[in-house]
Amino acid sequence: MKYLLILSVSFFLSCKSEIKIEVKSAVMLAPLEIYDFSGIEPYLSLAGSKTYIVNFWATWCAPCVKELPHFESIQENYKEDVEVILVSLDFPRQYESKLKPFIEKHQLKSKVIVLDDPDMNSWISKVDANWDGAIPVTLIYNTSKRSFYDRSFSYNELESELKTFLTNK
Amino acid sequence: MTIIYSVLILFVTAFTTHSADKGYDIGDIATDFVLEDTNGNFVSLTDFRDAKGFIVVFTCNTCPYAVLYEDRIEALNKKYAPQGYPVIAIMPNNVKTKPGDSMKSMRIRALDKGFTFPYLMDAGQKIYPQYGATKTPHVYVLESAMRGCDFVNVVRYIGAIDDNYKDATLVKTNYVEDAVNALLKGNDIKETKTKAIGCSIKL
Repeated sequence: MKYLLILSVSFFLSCKSEIKIEVKSAVMLAPLEIYDFSGIEPYLSLAGSKTYIVNFWATWCAPCVKELPHFESIQENYKEDVEVILVSLDFPRQYESKLKPFIEKHQLKSKVIVLDDPDMNSWISKVDANWDGAIPVTLIYNTSKRSFYDRSFSYNELESELKTFLTNK
Repeated sequence: MTIIYSVLILFVTAFTTHSADKGYDIGDIATDFVLEDTNGNFVSLTDFRDAKGFIVVFTCNTCPYAVLYEDRIEALNKKYAPQGYPVIAIMPNNVKTKPGDSMKSMRIRALDKGFTFPYLMDAGQKIYPQYGATKTPHVYVLESAMRGCDFVNVVRYIGAIDDNYKDATLVKTNYVEDAVNALLKGNDIKETKTKAIGCSIKL
């Protein structure tokens, strides 16, 4: 694999403008973690000491993209006590063209995992019985409390919800 | 007078019970409407005098899930309109929030795709909340029935079109087809409610 990479770089040495693009995409874009629902399910009931915030989103979902920075800020401001997990519902054909560039452009710090499981009726209710499939939705839980939110958040709203979990422990 | 008054109260409660924020459940009576289609005609369910029922689809131009289902919605109409179950598509989004769902854009899409079903705009956003639609696409299969002297449309199925948005050839269960086929045969519908990811309806 290393050999291949070196090969492709040296191949483009002759046309300078393309060197950057090749090297950059090879170095910066980590592979996506893509799962079906059975692979996502463990993240919905982690037993660690933190409070977990699981947000279902997609790059094509405008209200999701709008609230994403708040989840990032919460992750940054509460990194000792909180783990934010962003579950992307992007379309497989847009992983390379939309999702990866989005993660890179916004330098997402939170953990991003990708859910690719087209039999949606089989798993939506397992996330929460009240979820009908519209996004964004958010699950906040720790070992003593669990709530599902079929709504968007401002930073203050998200923080005040989170605080009810942190004081609860 | 008291009798008339209590009958009136009965009627009022009967028609307001299910219009709460949750929308319809199976067995509820769905409201009719007068909404403009992409040809400038105002369409109501009562216009379809020979219909045995309806496949009401809340859908739009801009939601990628809705776009992936466009051909399948058209196929449903081609298959079931002749059998008495026409598709009625309703675009529920606020066009100020989603300019790509304007009547002009709807007209272009309907022409491009050759939609044979009416594609209506819920211009006042008054109809989708009564149904309880939350996302696109969101399907309601209605069965027409006589109640007293009136035709009513009873909700028989709510949910997704099938179980594979990505690839129509990989579908294992065609929820809407199964529901309509059951109604046509007078059988019970196996799955009356299903869920799918969709784009939230834009206010």
